[in-house]
Order: sequence, then C-alpha cells, then structure tokens
Amino acid sequence: MKFEIETISYLNEDGEIRDGYQKTISDDLLLQAYKIMLQTKRIDERMVTLQRQSIVTFAMPSRGEEASTVVSAAALKPQDWHFYQYREQGAIFMKGFTIQEYCDHMLLNVDDTAKGRQMSNHFGKKELNAVTVSSTLATQIPQAAGCAYAQKLRGEDAVTMCYFAEGAASEGDFHAGLNMAAVTKAPVIFYCRNNHYAISTPSKDQFAGDGIAPRGIGYGMKTYRIDAMDAFAIYDTVQEAREYCAAGNGPVLIEAMAYRIGPHSTADDPSAYRTDDEVAKWEKLCPIERVKKYLIKNNLWSEEQDLEFYNALIEEIEESIAIAKAKPKPGIDSMFNEVYSDIPWNLQEQYDFLKEFTKEESH
Amino acid sequence: MKVMNIIEAVNDALHLEMERNDKVVVFGEDVGGFGGVFRATKGLTDRFGEPRCFNTPIVEQGIIGFAMGLAMNGFKPCPEIQFADYIFPAYDQIVNEVAKSRFRSGNSFTAGMVIRTPYGGGIHGGCYHSQSPEAQFLHTPGIKVVIPSDPYEAKGLLLASLRTDDPILFLEPKRIYRASKCEVPLDDYEIPLGQAQVAREGKDLTLIGWGAQHHQNLEAAKKAEAMGIDVEVLNLRTLNPLDIDTIIASIKKTGKCVVSQEAPKTMGFAAEISALIMEKAFLHLEAPVFRCCGFDTPFANAHEHEYMPDSPRVIKAIKDTYDY
Repeated sequence: MKFEIETISYLNEDGEIRDGYQKTISDDLLLQAYKIMLQTKRIDERMVTLQRQSIVTFAMPSRGEEASTVVSAAALKPQDWHFYQYREQGAIFMKGFTIQEYCDHMLLNVDDTAKGRQMSNHFGKKELNAVTVSSTLATQIPQAAGCAYAQKLRGEDAVTMCYFAEGAASEGDFHAGLNMAAVTKAPVIFYCRNNHYAISTPSKDQFAGDGIAPRGIGYGMKTYRIDAMDAFAIYDTVQEAREYCAAGNGPVLIEAMAYRIGPHSTADDPSAYRTDDEVAKWEKLCPIERVKKYLIKNNLWSEEQDLEFYNALIEEIEESIAIAKAKPKPGIDSMFNEVYSDIPWNLQEQYDFLKEFTKEESH
Repeated sequence: MKVMNIIEAVNDALHLEMERNDKVVVFGEDVGGFGGVFRATKGLTDRFGEPRCFNTPIVEQGIIGFAMGLAMNGFKPCPEIQFADYIFPAYDQIVNEVAKSRFRSGNSFTAGMVIRTPYGGGIHGGCYHSQSPEAQFLHTPGIKVVIPSDPYEAKGLLLASLRTDDPILFLEPKRIYRASKCEVPLDDYEIPLGQAQVAREGKDLTLIGWGAQHHQNLEAAKKAEAMGIDVEVLNLRTLNPLDIDTIIASIKKTGKCVVSQEAPKTMGFAAEISALIMEKAFLHLEAPVFRCCGFDTPFANAHEHEYMPDSPRVIKAIKDTYDY
C-alpha cells in the first residue's frame, strides 16, 4: 500500500542516521529504552510459552512494535496519563510497571492490579497514571479526550497519551473521541499503531483512504506519520507533539507505521492469512536491532555488555515468574466487592449464598 | 421554600452543587449557553463559565466516554443525554466501560458520574421521544438507577447522586417536567439513594411505581378508595439499589400487589420486583402479583393514549387483583 502523507524516518535498519539529522534523545534515555525493548521482547516470548504450558491463559505479544510502544512512552513525562488498547506492555514498562507486577497480572494472582477480574494482558496502575486496559475496542479514545480535558481544567503541565491500532480506528468511538478532543482543545496525543493487521484483516480491508493520518487533518488537528520501527522518529515526534499539546494548542494525531510480526494473540494463527516471506521482510527491519547497531557503532554499548545484560534479564524474568506462580489467586470476596462503592443487599445475599454453597460442596 | 417544577429543581440542584464542588462539570448537546432543550442547565455557563458547562458535538458515545475520562482523572461529570431514546450510541460506553471501571481496574479507576436524561411517554413523541429504557441499564452490574417523581425528589436525589462515588443513570420524567410542582427548600438537602417512599398508606393492596407513573398510581389509589379498596402506594425513587425491605414489609401487610411501569411489560423491572416478592414473601401473598405496564410494542404516536398504563388501567389492575 502506498501512503501519500510523508513518513518521518531518521534511523535505518543498519543503525545509520539520515544525513544532517541531530539526535535529540539523550544517550542515557536511549540506552534505557533499548533495555526496556529487550525486556518487552523477552517477556512476550516467555508469556507465549507459558500460555502453551497452561500457566498463563492468554498473551498478546508485541514483536515488531517494541520501539513504537517503549520509545513513545520514553518521550513523555511521569505526570502524563496513558490509555492503552492492549499491545502496549512496552509503554507501561517504560512508565515504571515492574516485571514482577506484570507477571503477577499475567498469572492473575492475588497481587494482580486488576485483582484477577480480567483476561491477562489487561494491565494498568493508578500510581503510574496508566489506565487499566479493557477488551472493548476504541472505547479508550473518547475517555482519553475527557482525561486530557481534566488536565486542561487544572492547568497542569500534563498530557494524555492514547494508544490504539488502525483496526480500532474504524470504530465509531475513534471519530467520537477525536472530534470531542478537537473541539475542547484537550491536550491528548492520539497514537495510532498501524501494524497492518487487525487479527487477520489486512489494512486494505480496513480502509480505502491514505491510512489513518488524513482523519486527523479532517478533525482539524496537527498530524504526523512516522516510521515506528525507528526509535528516533518516534521520540522526536512524540516529544514535539507533547510540547504542542501542553502549550494549549489542542490534540495531535500520530500514525505510527510498524508491523505486527507475531500473532494477534496466543489464540491466533497468522499462517492462515499471511506468508512467512512477508513476515521475514519485516523482521529484517527490527526496531530493536536498529538501536543496538546505533549504540554499538557510537561506542555507547558493546556485545559483551549486551550479553551480560540479557543474561541478568532472563534471570530476573524467571525469578518473577516463579514468585508469581507461588502466589494464591484472589479471594472469592473480590468477585462481589468493588462493583459499587458499597455492597448492596442483593450482592451481599449472593456472596453469603456462595460462601455457604462452597462450604457444603467441600464436605 | 419555593414552588418549583422539576426542571427548576434540577437547575437549582446543579447551581448549588457546582457552587459547592468545583469538580462538577456539566455538558451535552445544546447544554451550554442555551441551557438545554428543556432548559435544565439554563444559566450555568453564565454563572460558572464555559469550561464547566459547555456544548458538545452530537455524539453520545463521545459524551459518555469523555465523562469517564474526566471522572477517572478526579472530576465529577454530569453529562446530559438529550432524550433517553438517544442514549443507545453510548450503550457500550455505559455498560462496558463506565459500569465496570471500578471493578475491572481493581478499584483503581472509578467513574463516578451522573448521567441525566429525560425519559418516558405522554408528550406525543412517537417511537423516539417516549421510551423508558431503565430495565436495559438495571441489568448491568455497576450502575445505579435513580428516578425522581416530583421537584422535591428531583433536587434531593440529584444532590445525593452527585455526592455518590458511583455511576448513576438519573432518569427525569419529562411528561411531568413542568406539570409537577411543589414546594422545594432553597437550602441544601439530600434524599438518600436506595430508600423508597411510602407515598400513601393502605391495608388492602400494595401499588408500586416510579417516576411519572407514580402520579397515575396515586390517582388510581384515590379512586380505588371510593370503591372501598385501601391501597398503599410505594414510590421507589431509586431502582438500583432497590429498597426491598420497604416492599416486603408492605406486602406482608397487604398480601396483594400491583406493579405499574410505563416501559413494555416483558422483561421490564416490574417483572424483577414481582419475582423478588415471590421469593421473599410467597406465603403472605393472597393473589398473583399483577403487572400493569406499557404494551410490548414500539411507541405508536397515534395511539399514545391507549399505550400508556394511565390511572384507568391501573384501577382495573387494582380491582382484578383485589377481587382475585
């Protein structure tokens, strides 16, 4: 598919930057983002394996989009809010969600931030301003507009980052959210991960126009299209968008072009709808490798350091999984409380019944 | 005290709460300077400024989603949906998002808001300005449903709702928006959620209703008295949480019950009340619980009069149940 709106790109697959480009991300932050990308990739691989072993019930790997999620989050500030679609574990890791917290959630144990009430990969954390994922598609888009309007009412130096993918942009809530944000001049960055597939549906069956970007222009907002396998294009654009929003200019739409190299989820089989050749072509464009090559070429990192880091990472992940496995699942009370701010009589009655029934059953 | 209609009482409550709590934000279609098509938000933009009371595009799922974002980030939104018939584009946001937010986030992100919307027939609104969709929302855990029946209740229940940290669907009986008048305190007061009102005491039969229908029920009870039937009239005020204790206490006293609602009969809230009475007071019943409701049809404008379960039909239901 040919895209007419220009795609911003600075760093190629050989780790070389375009002539005349001056990197804005600091060396430290770049290295940190690189480590989080590796962490995301490794955890994704482990979660798929754990699903095959029936230890985790569901996982949604983000291979190919590690830079898109991690580096976009790196360009934001801690006070900024995140709304996710679901494939943004990289973004919440960058925001400070720990490996242990993620494992506790994926295994739905007693320390899961969502208290075992949702499917896996529905992460979120209040203290990070990282809103808990819901399975419903595009619903977070008008919510992000409202959240950003709250930031505007308070006059804070804060913006809202709203992640979603190109398939979700077909939902009515996408249009509702962009329009609400545009007319209220809410400081929200709509970050559309165009990864070419919505489960099995290729983008040619999703839209007939020039991708998602023109819709931003249609709603009267500043719009960018970026190569989202290029960490520098992502960082510079999101940072510029953040400054623009925080200065009171209203929302921004970024169409982030990448590719979903892995399956939609552990319940998906991509071989039924695309060729290995197609995937291999994109694997060569790996967003993590590009950064690694750049770091090594510029003497910011070495193969030895890389190996050492990776081994320690594997160890930490395995340890966290073991800890998560050992924790019990949430108590039965978590099914009845927090439906409301209080427990009404009918829920109390049903909870009492269940406690009694479970007791009888175990006799 | 001042004599007000329901619109004025709602407006008074909104003024009072926006004054008291600077986190309250009001918005919806035509809600800004114009004050809403029924004028319930009149004067709020002038008094509190456009950032806190404003027009939105015509996009109900956008309005409710936007409200949820505001609520999660510490505000108290009070969005208006112009007619309850038009709430359905926002059904997903209300049912899947707003209602489940607290639960699914482990109590981290809550969506306390009051969704105000006019509902019900009797104004020649045909299919799309007449519906009573309360049951559709009562079937969703996580959202409370409140329906006032007069100006005093409208103000007291709206103030209580705006101070509750749960999403609330606040259905306003538009048929009696201006027709219902009574003395309303100018001061701050709340009517607690989850408490029904025994609007008329009686010993022969319990008549249960809410919103505009409650007035038809009161009228029917008065006429039944002339026929020698002493009817106790319950006005629910809050449908969820339901005041089951008041209902069961009344059934134990009377042994007979009619539940009357404007919405279509099948799968309506009257059916739920009827089932609860059977579960909790079966041995006290002397007759089946009778439902006097709207018909299971869309709302035909030309036959609005025949559709509405107005007092003559309620009287028939009372008589049939009493004589059972």
